Amino acid sequence: MSTDRPRKQIHLAAHFPGVNNTTVWSDPRSGSHIEFDSFVRFARIAERAKFDFLFLAEGLRLREQGGQIYDLDVVGRPDTFTVLAALAGVTERLGLTGTINSTFNEPYEVARQFATLDHLSDGRAAWNVVTSWDAFTGENFRRGGFLPQERRYERARAFLDAATQLFDSWDGVRVEPDRAAGRFLAGLDERDAAPTPGAFAVRDDDFDIEGHFNVPTSPQGRPVIFQAGDSDAGREFAAASADAIFSMHGTLAAGQAFYADVKGRLARYGRRPEDLLVLPAATFVLGDTAEQAHEQAALIRRQQVSGATAIAFAEQLWNRDLSGYDPDGPLPDVDPDPGEHTISRGRASVRHFRDRIAVAAQWRELAAAKGLSLREVVIEVTARQTFVGTAQSVADDIDRYVQADASDGFILVPHITPDGLADFADTVVPILQERGVFRTEYTGTTLRDHLGLTRPTPGSRRPARFGRVAS
Amino acid sequence: MTHLHLSIALDGAGWHPAAWREPGARPGDLFTAGYWVDLARSAERGLVDLITIEDSFGLQSSDVRGPDGRNDRVRGRLDAVQIAARVAPATRHVGLVPTALVTHTEPFHLAKAIATLDYVSHGRAGVRAQISPRAVDSDLVGRRYIPEFDRTGPITGETAELLDELFTEAWDYVEVLRRLWDSWEDDAEIRDAATGRFIDRNRLHAIDFTGDFFSVKGPSITPRPPQGQPLVTALAHAAPDLRELPIRFAAGQADLVWLTPHDRAQAQGLVEAVHLARQQSAAGSAPVHTFADLVVFLDRPGESGADRKERLDTLDGHEYRSDARVFTGSAAELADLLVDWQQAGITGFRLRPGVLPDDLDLIVEALTPELQARGRLRGPDGANTLRGLLGLPRPENRYATTRQGVNV
Repeated sequence: MSTDRPRKQIHLAAHFPGVNNTTVWSDPRSGSHIEFDSFVRFARIAERAKFDFLFLAEGLRLREQGGQIYDLDVVGRPDTFTVLAALAGVTERLGLTGTINSTFNEPYEVARQFATLDHLSDGRAAWNVVTSWDAFTGENFRRGGFLPQERRYERARAFLDAATQLFDSWDGVRVEPDRAAGRFLAGLDERDAAPTPGAFAVRDDDFDIEGHFNVPTSPQGRPVIFQAGDSDAGREFAAASADAIFSMHGTLAAGQAFYADVKGRLARYGRRPEDLLVLPAATFVLGDTAEQAHEQAALIRRQQVSGATAIAFAEQLWNRDLSGYDPDGPLPDVDPDPGEHTISRGRASVRHFRDRIAVAAQWRELAAAKGLSLREVVIEVTARQTFVGTAQSVADDIDRYVQADASDGFILVPHITPDGLADFADTVVPILQERGVFRTEYTGTTLRDHLGLTRPTPGSRRPARFGRVAS
Repeated sequence: MTHLHLSIALDGAGWHPAAWREPGARPGDLFTAGYWVDLARSAERGLVDLITIEDSFGLQSSDVRGPDGRNDRVRGRLDAVQIAARVAPATRHVGLVPTALVTHTEPFHLAKAIATLDYVSHGRAGVRAQISPRAVDSDLVGRRYIPEFDRTGPITGETAELLDELFTEAWDYVEVLRRLWDSWEDDAEIRDAATGRFIDRNRLHAIDFTGDFFSVKGPSITPRPPQGQPLVTALAHAAPDLRELPIRFAAGQADLVWLTPHDRAQAQGLVEAVHLARQQSAAGSAPVHTFADLVVFLDRPGESGADRKERLDTLDGHEYRSDARVFTGSAAELADLLVDWQQAGITGFRLRPGVLPDDLDLIVEALTPELQARGRLRGPDGANTLRGLLGLPRPENRYATTRQGVNV
């Protein structure tokens, strides 16, 4: 750790427990994932702990496996904008980040929605821009599966560019009603015969839109922009256009490599390292002693991977129906089907098994070496908790990661809804505060204030620059 | 005596274009949450069953073809669904009915947004489905092109076809909303630890909707909302040129129809037309509310409603006219009119305040007690849901009924 620079301030965020097997719904403390009261409790714990923001993920079609709705994890979620707008009414400072797809939406509507959220929350809105392309999800939308996979980042870039133009379209125009003079807006160009705010026009391969945007400039100018993809195109997209990147790197070394890579891309876009925050997702388990925390972590992993979940997970690798196998028995004796992936739809993780035969071979080696059952193998290979230990050791680990430039903070993913963050808030946060690396009070009002991001200059940093640099 | 239902239409600084220039208006607050929370709470104090919130994609203009360049009127607005969501935690009883544009949005997104509004408000959500026949709106979205058409003469040929299309699409859109709201049965979440199943997937249903304009697979990603079916509303303009399209759509697909009669006879005729169109649709005898819209400028101490309106007309340079009847007078006179129209079959009223918050405050302080004194208004302890306030039952789930039918 460098000694000649001040200690970095840590950013912390709260990921509402989601539709995946990190979330343990079988625990008696597990509440509703739909009822608004769960969101209120979750948000209030995060705000009490002075977190930067709350984060909602997205899923626009219920996941399926073997042609049926996948029923072993939490299923269902509410609408993102509606929940965040309502949460703006029960919180005062907490940032509100929504994941919104650039494939199954249109820029005008999404720009209106984020500008509205930013107004209604007094400057706390953030947009995690994600892409999808699959025809499976498209079946719920007007245009179906219209977008080829290789074009998804082009559309995302064009979408964000269009939305940015809309966010900037009231530049210089203010709502400053002058009753006596009969002028509702100030700053319109008076030389214009018909002065009108919000003019925009976008013409590219993806969009042909024009007119006048009908939402005045919001408190943050633009919402904070997040990007979540890990591919080269995703990283470049983030370097060109995002304020923060939501990543998934578990180890210190992997985090440092990722951090150096994305921060290294910024100069090409005339940006400084502090203009893009790296905020990986992280899970945690706390205990009074290290031993107790590790025991608890192992217990949670067993809850996360039931026998049925283990079979389902193995089916995603084998690409076959394995319902006849015993999860407490050995791994399947057949090889994975290397053909087109057909067993699971609506989840991103299956793409990660690039060579199924090779991964299955690794699983077999692991099973043989440790004498593990199918379920035990799945427990071994699925994601382990990022931080396990006492409040003191978890605080140490988090601080070490941030000071060693593996991240700028973490988006914490508790495994229990809605109170899974309470222990962390009550025990880890005070240690970080005492150490002077995490705020004890909010010092600003907007999410940009919390993240140390400057208000964007209208017209600046359009994603279109990415295209020019890359060519 | 039968109670009548009150609702309030919120739009900007009020429905008169010069309303923002009144001393009591808050034009600088139109884009803040506090403004909308205050209005919703006032309405709630006035025993109003629901508020509606206007919306549009395009910038407000006196010219349907595009911006009019006027800066002496309110310009800009926020997304109405989010305004409704933002005021939900700050209110307890009032129904929340945002306007949603169906021509340029995704039914799948709106279905989950309104279902979620129902969750965050604990059963007080509705929606007003509105079409946009404007070229200027279609240019904003770019997914489809809607041609500009001549609005001065009778509607014929391609324009008639276009309007037919837009209303048919709106019909399909509401059908998709309703199916998606039913796509989860109420008891679908089982959390069965023994089998490890969070849901019973047999109680989730693909909706498999296919129409001329879109197809939607389903099920929704959001479970069935507290009211089962949030309230669907639509405005049925009685414009002869529109060949009954709005009234057929509203009467066939909505739970509550907004009407714009200008006198008692028209009110009676429109109510009959709605019931006739309802009978001829698949909705048949399902209950439907018929609410009349009125723009109101109420008398206040020292200045009559008529004088207030005239003063604003002078400021604006135009006499304010509306598709709805414009009422000026005292709260007692307004109560007379409401009771009179109620006897012609109108079940409730949507009052469009000429000036906000002024006319809303006058409604709460003068009209509400006047109607209470006449025994025409419910007490403060109404039902807990919007459907409940309106005396509408929680609908059966269409898919659950089918399943039971198969099992029997």
